[in-house]
Amino acid sequence: MADKLKETMPSNDVNGTPKPSSPNADTAEQITMLWEYSPAPESSEHISISDKYHHFIGGEWVHPEKGRYMTTINPATENKLAEFAEGTSEDVKRAVKVARKAYEKSWSNLSGKERGKYIFRLARMIQEKARELAIIESMDGGKPIRESRDVDVPLAAAHFFYYAGWADKLGYAFPGRKADPLGVCGQIIPWNFPLLMLAWKIAPALATGNTVVLKPAETTPLTALKFAEICMDAGLPDGVVNIVTGAGQTGAAIVNHPDVDKIAFTGSTEIGKIIQKSIAGTGKKFTLELGGKGPLIIFEDAPIDQAVEGIINAIFFNQGHVCCAGSRLLVQEGISEKLIKKLKDRMETLIIGDPLDKNTDIGAINSRSQYERIMKYLETGKNEGAEMYQTSGSLPENGYFCRPTLFTGVSQSNRIVQEEIFGPVLTIQTFRTPDEAIEKANNTPYGLASGIWTDKGSKIFKTGQKIRSGVMWANTYNKFDPTAPFGGYKESGLGREGGLHGLYPYVNLTPV
Amino acid sequence: MSVQIQPDFSYTIPIDTVGVEERVSRLNKRSIKKESKLLALKLALSMIDHTTLEGKDSEGKIIQLCNKARIPYAPLPDLPPLAAVCVYPTMVATAKKALLGTSIKTASVATAFPSGMAHLSIKLADTKFAVEQGADEIDMVISRGEFLKGNYNFIYDEIAAVKEACGRAHLKVILETGELETLENVRKASDIAMHAGADFIKTSTGKVSPAATQPVTLVMLEAIRDFYNETGQMVGMKPAGGIRKAKEALQYLVLVKETLGDAWLTPDYFRFGASSLTNDLLMQIVKQLTGVYQGIHYFSND
Amino acid sequence: MTDRIEVLKTYKTYIGGKFPRSESERTYPVSDSKGNLIANACRCTRKDVREAVVAARASFDGWQGRSAYNRGQIIYRIAEILEGRKSQFTEELERTGTKTKNAVTEVESAIDRLIYYSGWTDKISQVFGTINPVASSHFNFSVPEPSGIVGIIAPDDSPLLSTISLLAPVLCGGNTCVIIASEKNPLPAVSFSEVLHASDVPGGVVNILSGYRNELVDSLTSHMDVNGILNAVNDENIVKLTEENGSINIKRVYHYTAENWLDEIHESPYIIHPFLEIKTTWHPVSS
Repeated sequence: MADKLKETMPSNDVNGTPKPSSPNADTAEQITMLWEYSPAPESSEHISISDKYHHFIGGEWVHPEKGRYMTTINPATENKLAEFAEGTSEDVKRAVKVARKAYEKSWSNLSGKERGKYIFRLARMIQEKARELAIIESMDGGKPIRESRDVDVPLAAAHFFYYAGWADKLGYAFPGRKADPLGVCGQIIPWNFPLLMLAWKIAPALATGNTVVLKPAETTPLTALKFAEICMDAGLPDGVVNIVTGAGQTGAAIVNHPDVDKIAFTGSTEIGKIIQKSIAGTGKKFTLELGGKGPLIIFEDAPIDQAVEGIINAIFFNQGHVCCAGSRLLVQEGISEKLIKKLKDRMETLIIGDPLDKNTDIGAINSRSQYERIMKYLETGKNEGAEMYQTSGSLPENGYFCRPTLFTGVSQSNRIVQEEIFGPVLTIQTFRTPDEAIEKANNTPYGLASGIWTDKGSKIFKTGQKIRSGVMWANTYNKFDPTAPFGGYKESGLGREGGLHGLYPYVNLTPV
Repeated sequence: MSVQIQPDFSYTIPIDTVGVEERVSRLNKRSIKKESKLLALKLALSMIDHTTLEGKDSEGKIIQLCNKARIPYAPLPDLPPLAAVCVYPTMVATAKKALLGTSIKTASVATAFPSGMAHLSIKLADTKFAVEQGADEIDMVISRGEFLKGNYNFIYDEIAAVKEACGRAHLKVILETGELETLENVRKASDIAMHAGADFIKTSTGKVSPAATQPVTLVMLEAIRDFYNETGQMVGMKPAGGIRKAKEALQYLVLVKETLGDAWLTPDYFRFGASSLTNDLLMQIVKQLTGVYQGIHYFSND
Repeated sequence: MTDRIEVLKTYKTYIGGKFPRSESERTYPVSDSKGNLIANACRCTRKDVREAVVAARASFDGWQGRSAYNRGQIIYRIAEILEGRKSQFTEELERTGTKTKNAVTEVESAIDRLIYYSGWTDKISQVFGTINPVASSHFNFSVPEPSGIVGIIAPDDSPLLSTISLLAPVLCGGNTCVIIASEKNPLPAVSFSEVLHASDVPGGVVNILSGYRNELVDSLTSHMDVNGILNAVNDENIVKLTEENGSINIKRVYHYTAENWLDEIHESPYIIHPFLEIKTTWHPVSS
């Protein structure tokens, strides 16, 4: 915006032409220089990442059965960070066996109160290592340090705190019912919020008395492995938490293991369906947090500047790698032009680059394959006849970076409107009446999250009731809290994580 | 000045306070280091309206204030001077004389500052007196009681009348946001002031708490941006009161940079109404140059 | 005086508030415990399933949109009407071999079960909803909403009571449904549709089909516009098929089987819960 303003600055404005304000020529010159932010990189010098990580099973590092390792890179530099074990079904078997033993021998014999104290320890130790975890998260996944530092890591700690407190209070959560643990939980988490998703999975599972075998994503295993170190430091009984690394096949081995009582999965709807199908008839419980194509409805009476900010948070948070991202903007016709101009101006101020720089707003796309997928969608969008707008400014030479992108001139039938892109790409449609907005918002197989901006409370409640999604952000977006249940309607998932409702998937209820 | 169509001021632009606070908090996370920090500190220094507005103000005090504005810190003569001194009308002549030969402006509060509780004729006389005394800039207050009653045309007409009385002097319109209370009122008062001819809009007199806050400033900056987009006219911004620390000043500069852009990052379009801020900026500048943390007694307290 | 010739009843289906015959125009015989023909029931097909789902979808917004109080009143009204037709249903049950005493108990339990659930409609939000004390300046609450359309696969035992024990919690949560009635004895469920019809239940909210499970379960459970399946048939194949089919659009699949439907453990809000979606709403708090 700055440069554009300079070009268009009227010469005969009310205040006259800019005057030098200093009698000292040198200083004056210096001050009229463009004030830019200097690089402010977070130092990664004190961060310890091993060259090679093994599985964490039964409280110790265990070499993979086949001895195969995979590599994780920094997507912002494409440099190798570490090797990690590729889990086979034998590795998974070993982990499940250990988890079962821990469930039967140690964990289920502990009182809820003592169990809770272990979980409080984990929460505290995440806080103690917050800085290291945040830096590793940004290095491994490409997300801006501002987000890993201010969102991912504090929320992860907060989740452990929240569920730690439930461990000895489960009798109050389910009126008329006694809550018993399920046993061994297999948990598979995605690459977009590696540590936070680990917390969403492990904290309620442990609080309710289960043990876990967790598999982090193959592009972002490091914070889970750091968490394994935390489990050791916290003195958590061996086998209560087991981390098996690997890719899809490792995940499948967990899903199909007969002695796993529950599967918790966060990832794509496509894989979610495969999981649901493959455990059909096995009696395993499961929860799924899947994809989304969140609508953002901006009514003409919206607080427009905050709506613009909300849109920025909705689609450009974490490079748009957010299942609940607001990726479909529905704006009332009367303000669409004004809103889009404001949005474009705001987008120009987004700083794209080194995820470790404290001023970076948009970091790196998580992996080459995700980058290519997004690029393909940009092509698709253009081929479908939509008009593409991207911010100006240069991108780093190495690494996978994508400019914040808008598509206008789209219709409901376009693939870029229907399919989850999982990148910083927003489509813009207009509407005329609330009913039309609701209709468009619901016209998707997904139902994870949606946003509404209006100054009128009654309109929020009406629209909010009509839209089929598990989260409704009114005059805000992408807010998370351990006390607030999160999860999808329709094909966006099944079950809730967070809050009291997040306990249900991890317990068997029997009449008192 | 181009002719503008006066908007319907009874229409309220909705503003969500939490959203504004979140935006401010996000902007506050900008990390300003090294060369960028030094430049910003000097820039902030050059934007200060060095102010004394006390019943006990005397010529002696004003002269000291002006000297400080000319040479903020003698050991570093290359530092920029402050933007202006801001005084009561009866002190304008003294200030004007003390600042002779510099680029530093003389600003005067007027219009029955700080309450504004006087008849328009008195406010206009007050303004004219200050201008006659040599004020380059007039800081007027709006009639908050009339505003809160919904008498928006009264506010508009009063500002327009004072603007006319200013002649060549620049007009800064003080909204006294602490008394307007809501951000929607702040926005509305900003719009009225700009449409009525304000060259600057200013948060506070410094006599009411809260004085300048960053959420209020952000809302005013957004009003300025929208006004510019509508009319092509650049209006200046002056947060005043309560800004004491260099760190806060830098946060304000980030607000300006990312809301309005670099064109506003000059003393012609952005000022700080402050007194103790000057020394904190100086201490930080010296710290940046020497690497040594500073003590208050090494800086003159004028 | 000649004996009066009894008027036999033609059992039809219940779709969208109407009583059509199956699109197949085919029937299958329903016999009593001794193998004597009692009546012919509609042998519904996948096309009937399709029609029923369309009707259930069309009525969903309206049913969900009713006040909880109103939904409670309507469910209560079903019980009232059923009370008035007690002898009809007792007889129907007797014809299929239920002893008189048991038939009376079953009908009375069914009525009481409706009364039980009618009182839940305006309480489930209070038991399953939460106010969430988030750390930021937002007001945050979670309320249950219906999952949508629920397919109900009814068992053969206690055909009236089991159907009502499954239907009531689903309706109570604000869902609409398509019921595949007992294959062996669909008649009480089909007759029950007349009670529904007389009870202010909007057309399409409950749809009842009869026929062979192996001709209906697959198309109902694989239907992309069905959001949940409540299966009460204790059959490994049906369980697996239901869950596999459920995966094509992430259906909520819940198996609920009972030894004895008369048992009061079948009255519980935790049977309503599987077909509730929790919606969490955030709003800033400021002036």
